[in-house]
Amino acid sequence: MEGVLRSQDLAAPMAAAAAGAAEVARAHAAAVDRDAVFPAAALAALREARLLAALVPVPLGGLGLPLGRVGAICSALAEACSSTAMIFAMHQVQVACLARHALDQEWHRHFLRRVAADGLLLASANSEAGIGGDLRTSRCAVLRDGGRFTVRKQTTALSYGAHADALLLTARRGEDAAPTDQVLLVALREDCTLERTAGWDALGMRGTCTEGFLVDAAGSEAQILATPFGTIAGETMVPASHLLWCSLWVGIAADAVGRARSFVRAAVRGDRSGAAPPGGPRLALAVEQLQMLQAQVTASLQRFEAQADAEPASLAAAIESNALKTGVSEACLAVVQNALRVCGFAGYSNAGRYSLSRHLRDLQSAPLMINNDRMRDTTARLLLAAAPVLGIV
Amino acid sequence: MNAELRSILDKHGRLGVPATGLDEAADLFRFGLDSIGIVNVMLAVESEFDVEFPDALLTRQTFSSIASITRVVRQLQSAPV
Repeated sequence: MEGVLRSQDLAAPMAAAAAGAAEVARAHAAAVDRDAVFPAAALAALREARLLAALVPVPLGGLGLPLGRVGAICSALAEACSSTAMIFAMHQVQVACLARHALDQEWHRHFLRRVAADGLLLASANSEAGIGGDLRTSRCAVLRDGGRFTVRKQTTALSYGAHADALLLTARRGEDAAPTDQVLLVALREDCTLERTAGWDALGMRGTCTEGFLVDAAGSEAQILATPFGTIAGETMVPASHLLWCSLWVGIAADAVGRARSFVRAAVRGDRSGAAPPGGPRLALAVEQLQMLQAQVTASLQRFEAQADAEPASLAAAIESNALKTGVSEACLAVVQNALRVCGFAGYSNAGRYSLSRHLRDLQSAPLMINNDRMRDTTARLLLAAAPVLGIV
Repeated sequence: MNAELRSILDKHGRLGVPATGLDEAADLFRFGLDSIGIVNVMLAVESEFDVEFPDALLTRQTFSSIASITRVVRQLQSAPV
């Protein structure tokens, strides 16, 4: 069947599989949040449904889904459990980097086959102590010897690092390389030692287990991607991250609005006066906001898909991608605030069917993961060199 | 102009390799020039060669190679916009 199955054939069964995984995630969401534990059952369900291979090309045994479908799955998962959705999204971004930039390397083709066949979970080891959160800067360097490499990296925020089967890790190309002269490499878990240096007891996104680790990795030089990391970051890692994060943030906001709607319906049912419910107009406002967000994220996903594979990113595309992330992250929080106003203290409660506590806490991470203030600095600089398309096209 | 341009690329382009060793026609994007790199290089080129890129020339094509940047800067110097 290899190469014969088309991804479209899989769309309907995959949507059902995603819904099934979301139900598992929903059943465990409260405990995952309370205890700050990795959502193991939900990830097992996603693996079982082959959704960890969603972006692995069909000829390599994956589902070869377009990014828009993966965005829809992220959104559906986030309605159930934000942490599960974020872990799923981060994994998919790593797969996208390999599928778009490493298919001409035998080691990576073989590795992607393993990702598909065994449902491997990939984590991102980009963060590093002492670089001020700049993705395009590394301190650690790859040390090469006789076709092998070693690298030691002090990561500060390695989401689900203790649960991943492999890490995608950035480092300087060599000991003499500049901080921005970075490569991306795949480190297999069995070839790494991880020493936990920072824990994760956070306000929200508690199940992502975003701990700090001192990582010692080794492997064959074939595991280093030939494409410079700057290219991979600009064309795939950054835009795909923004698109999938935004998809899941919209999912969190959508669940909050769903709860607010249930609250208003229940209030009307209990009131025989026939008066309009007090929260109604604000619920309608939240729906307006959510519709705009859905449309914006969907359109951006479609534009990303319409580009040829690994087409060089234009400045206008980088501006759009940054603006999407900064705008959607804050707007989703505003939607949940409105839902909270509708639900009142039932929403303020940490428990119950109208509780919005987890939604609010989880979404507070959105403007912080790559700080929006820093991103707007970057966008402002990009605007010096490119005019974004702002009208209807 | 060539030496100054290569020095600008080294300082501002965040390339994966030294610009001094690059072929005139080499695709700078293949060597890691990214969007922030383009902005940095553009600003440095404008200041170094006293030119102003019109929006129409602020394209990836302009910054795709040392030869292309050189050609555009020469064009701007001979016919200021």
